[in-house]
Amino acid sequence: MNLHVPALTQEAAPVRTTCPYCGVGCGVLARPDGQGGASVAGDPQHPANFGRLCSKGSALGETLSLDDRVLHPEIAGRRATWDEALDAVTDGFRRTIAAHGPDSVAFYLSGQLLTEDYYVANKLAKGFIGTPHVDTNSRLCMSSSVAAHRRAFGSDTVPGCYEDLDEADLLVLVGSNTAWCHPILFRRMLDARAKRGTKIVAIDPRRTQTGEEADLFLGLKPGTDTTLFSGLLVHLADTGALDPRYIAAHTAGFEPALERARQIAPTIAATAAATGLTEAEVETFFTLFRATPRVVTATSQGVNQSAQGTDKANAIINCHLATGRIGKAGMGPFSLTGQPNAMGGREVGGLANMLAAHMHFTPEEVDLVRRFWNAPNIITGEGMKAVALFEAIERGKIKALWVMGTNPAVSMPRADRVRAALAKLDTYVVSEVVVNTDTVRARNAVLLPALAWGEKDGTVTNSERRISRQRAFLKAPGEARADWWIMAQIGKRLGHAKAFAWGNAAAVFREHAALSEFENRGSRDFDLGGLADITDAAYDAAAPVQWPLTRKAKAPQTRFFADGGFYTRDRKARFVAVQKPALAQATSDALPLRLNTGRVRDHWHTLTRTGKSPRLSAHRAVPFVEIHPDDAAAAGLTDGDLARVRTAHGAAVLEVMVTPGAQPGVLFAPMHWSESNTSDGRVGALAQGAVDPVSGQPELKATPASIAPEPYRSRGYLITRETVAAPFGWWWARASLEGATGLIFAAQDGAPEAATLMRDLFPGATFSEYADPARGRYRAAAFRDGQLLGVLALAPAAERLTWDAAKAFFRNQELLEPSARRALISGRAESAGSGPLVCACHTVGLDTIRAAIKGGAHGVEAVGAVCRAGTNCGSCIPEIRKLLAAELAPASA
Amino acid sequence: MTERLVVIGNGMASLRFLERLTEAAPGRFDVTCVGAEPVAAYNRVLLSSLLGGEVDEAACTFRGLDWYAEHGITLVTGAPATAIDTAERIVRVGEGLVLPYDKLVLAVGSVPIRLPKPGMDLPGVITFRDLADVAAIRRAAVTGAKAIVIGGGLLGLEAAVGLARLGVETTLLHVMDRLMERQLDHAAAALVREAMEARGVRVMLQADTAAVEGDGKVERLILANGTILPADLVVMSVGVRPSTALAASAGLAVGRGIRVDDTMATSVPGIYALGECAEHRGQTYGLVEPAYEQAEVLARHLCGVEAAYAGTSLATSLKVSGLPVFSAGAVDVPEGAEAVTWSDPASGLYRKLVIDGDRLIGAVFVGDVAEQGWCKTLIRTGDTLGPDDRDDLMFGRPVSPEIPAPQPLAA
Repeated sequence: MNLHVPALTQEAAPVRTTCPYCGVGCGVLARPDGQGGASVAGDPQHPANFGRLCSKGSALGETLSLDDRVLHPEIAGRRATWDEALDAVTDGFRRTIAAHGPDSVAFYLSGQLLTEDYYVANKLAKGFIGTPHVDTNSRLCMSSSVAAHRRAFGSDTVPGCYEDLDEADLLVLVGSNTAWCHPILFRRMLDARAKRGTKIVAIDPRRTQTGEEADLFLGLKPGTDTTLFSGLLVHLADTGALDPRYIAAHTAGFEPALERARQIAPTIAATAAATGLTEAEVETFFTLFRATPRVVTATSQGVNQSAQGTDKANAIINCHLATGRIGKAGMGPFSLTGQPNAMGGREVGGLANMLAAHMHFTPEEVDLVRRFWNAPNIITGEGMKAVALFEAIERGKIKALWVMGTNPAVSMPRADRVRAALAKLDTYVVSEVVVNTDTVRARNAVLLPALAWGEKDGTVTNSERRISRQRAFLKAPGEARADWWIMAQIGKRLGHAKAFAWGNAAAVFREHAALSEFENRGSRDFDLGGLADITDAAYDAAAPVQWPLTRKAKAPQTRFFADGGFYTRDRKARFVAVQKPALAQATSDALPLRLNTGRVRDHWHTLTRTGKSPRLSAHRAVPFVEIHPDDAAAAGLTDGDLARVRTAHGAAVLEVMVTPGAQPGVLFAPMHWSESNTSDGRVGALAQGAVDPVSGQPELKATPASIAPEPYRSRGYLITRETVAAPFGWWWARASLEGATGLIFAAQDGAPEAATLMRDLFPGATFSEYADPARGRYRAAAFRDGQLLGVLALAPAAERLTWDAAKAFFRNQELLEPSARRALISGRAESAGSGPLVCACHTVGLDTIRAAIKGGAHGVEAVGAVCRAGTNCGSCIPEIRKLLAAELAPASA
Repeated sequence: MTERLVVIGNGMASLRFLERLTEAAPGRFDVTCVGAEPVAAYNRVLLSSLLGGEVDEAACTFRGLDWYAEHGITLVTGAPATAIDTAERIVRVGEGLVLPYDKLVLAVGSVPIRLPKPGMDLPGVITFRDLADVAAIRRAAVTGAKAIVIGGGLLGLEAAVGLARLGVETTLLHVMDRLMERQLDHAAAALVREAMEARGVRVMLQADTAAVEGDGKVERLILANGTILPADLVVMSVGVRPSTALAASAGLAVGRGIRVDDTMATSVPGIYALGECAEHRGQTYGLVEPAYEQAEVLARHLCGVEAAYAGTSLATSLKVSGLPVFSAGAVDVPEGAEAVTWSDPASGLYRKLVIDGDRLIGAVFVGDVAEQGWCKTLIRTGDTLGPDDRDDLMFGRPVSPEIPAPQPLAA
């Protein structure tokens, strides 16, 4: 494996940093191992996680290798010097601007960037190049929440904090698989339930692990959240549960909003009919909400990734405003962000509909920012949001694009079209860490090597407005550089040396903080005045801190709006009269189902990081589609089959997972897989992506779709020490394994073709080879000097071959004992295996947990005591609970 | 008066028969056994080990002369039977001994074949059949001698390994394209060849011997393709022929061997045959296991217990100089049948199951023969294979999963 140059000795103290995954923003202690890697543990002092880490965070140490890294600049696939690469970018931009104007240049940024990087990108584009077209993958993530906040509060303000989750009596989770996607917050919620009896309600078309764990699960029809919360507002009004004093003192627009809500959902019966829930379910939820003052409504992508996302969020906020349940302990609407620094991007203003530092485009704001930056080319209005931006590339309106730290060729809706559109650009610049993403490979680019987590240095902001440091604990590999540094070089080359002259990340941060304070005087929520003069040393040592933190503040403010003080001109919040919900596209005979997309527990985005971890790749190793048993039966599909899912925009071949947790008529497929790790699983290509009219966020969760069997003769796996290309014609997905890389595949091949392939793959090797051609079975291992090089196994598709036993033989380089050689070929474990992975943190399999339960462990804690499963991040606890229920159920007659 | 039973031959089949007979009905017969060799029955299977010096002659002995005496058996050694008079019911032995019988058992074994090629009678061309052969080979196998073994069947392989072990430069010639072609397919035979070569035996396949030449003794061997191989010693191991001359001249029905029915009775009442000289249902056997089964049957039959021999399924289980080899039933795959194979040559492992429909009809194992008994049973009974049987036959029955012991939580 290709490793970092050791930066520190093994005895060095752990470095406090922040996890690069979701928006929970957990503190991490990274201890370099002296070998170029690091061991990772939760930071007990960080107020987001108090020492806990989820499966993904726990496995960060497995993601640090330099395999697949971009280590030097490239121009159109040729290695280049930094000077050549920076000149190429500068010249490209200059030519494009000269020919087509500054607004033919666009930036597509990422919630993975640090705040300092984001700040420099925003300044370069909006103040100096003069293009408003700066958008980010956060557009796909939480821009509807931003828009809803601004409509309701006059600012993009998250009113609460994580302590509210500890102190609530009711937690309403809307469109959020918190158990898998924000596991550490979910542990806090479960702790609250254990401590104070907090009730958890999960609202989701899909019965996720969160739904399994909830006290009340409401499996509503896709896109009907607005109806449910409109019905709730009506119910609160009709049962005298409003807070008239708060409404009168601190809000405006209540009556029209209530009237609209009545039109949408006048009664419990109407609400039930429209949402597909029973009246009893609706009434139970409404009663709970009405009777529980301490209620937090937490929302994620089920709310945001919708063509009506902003209305959904406002329908929820309406209920909190109407009851005055906002900004107080244990109360409030709470957007759980998906990315480590989506919030930082919002603070900087790195979105097309913001200018900078929570400022927009009033003439005063534009002037303020222009003066602060001394900007020659300040923009005066909004730019194009992600979907429109890539459409503009397709139309030839945008001629130069700089993509930083994100993979739009995978993650954008209609991703195939987006990828194809990139060919039309005159200048294509990609700042990246990973060399083989679909976005890098889409076409010739100026490829700039960026620093990765563990190497870069700066700040991120989590969902509760807490700014934490990401610190370097590894040496910068090769010629990789910080994103802010790269952009500053371009700023200088474009003739703005003075404006891009920072010496370090701290200097960038000070300017960012200073802008937030500049002529603020309480007019803007985002104010870091207290940090504007921070010294380099203090910045290096900075503990996590929440904003706002004004120059005069003695302590940071933790909550907003308990006593009004909204950031509208009249300081009052706005109720929003929402639109009656309707999904963007109707189903049809040809496309009778709806495709929902999302994440899995142990993976993140497009697998460029988690895909390196064998542990994280074990939970779900192939792209799959969840389907209700009735729909599966109708389509002639059974669990484990391969199926082709089609929409009007694309198709993917996915492994079928039949589950009653899926709603009839609704498919679910994870969005993680890309062309670099599967043949046919680019789910982003299927999403329709109709945008929310307010936020511009695309709909990713309700695309009309069809599903049909995709028959293959054989299924199998190929595990190799060295990465090998999959043969043409295979369906395949690649996963990292300990000491190896693996392909799970489907093919029309039988045993003879497999035998030929093995000889092609491993010329000169010796083979242990099992063949049963008549039954289409083949297993072979290749050796050189007794060292295991690779294993191929193939069986008829219906046999559902698994590789759990085989992959264990690659863990180390020792020569295999005869019994191990036999086990490798027999497909049987040498000794009893532990079964499919359940607990990723402690690597505990299904069979082990079942055995523990049979052995007398009759509760989650007892199971944990026996085999450690579920004792770290807890995100597998719902699965353990299910196993407990199944194992301990009285035998049916 | 006690019935007189004469047994001609004192080989392994003969001895096993005598053991079973005297166990079942001591004193029932007045038994006389005549053997052509100068010693009492010994373990012919160990001859190759004896040749290689792994065991001594004593280790090959079964029963001392006192055993025969104690069981009332008159043993005459070094005395070949020369004629049978079925009308008079007498056997003529050697120079004038005449043995009258009421019942006669022929256990006269077989004779090694000598190739009908020039020079096969030269001194130094030796067959490999009995203790005398072993002694002759050992005398010729002096340091620096070059030995050639003709015949790539089991016995030839063992002779070659024995010679190599003596430090003799040994070449094994086989006319077919693989060793032990009746028991092994190409893959298995290749493994056996590797094992032979690992033990110092040079193996030449498709090697057709044309002649042996020499001036008064063996000096060279000429192959049909003209190749000349220098040789001081040629061991002939190209197969055996059942000894039928005595029976034929007595008027017994003879085919390839002496024809017997399921009670081992020949065409002449009161005369029986068993072992390598017997032909049962058109089949003769060259291995000890069928001979032993036949001995059991005949002993029971002569004691008045109902017994019948139904043939021995053709299984070979043996060690080629320490390498276990098993072969049963079909070796090559007949039309309409299928093969399941596992080959791991680096580990000296090979396994093949030949399956017709859902029945096992053949198996070849090299290196690990653990499932041989099960295979033999399945081939004999023709029982249908269960769903897991293919894998279990190939890889052994799986271990059952265990419940993990509780582990302490990490600190």
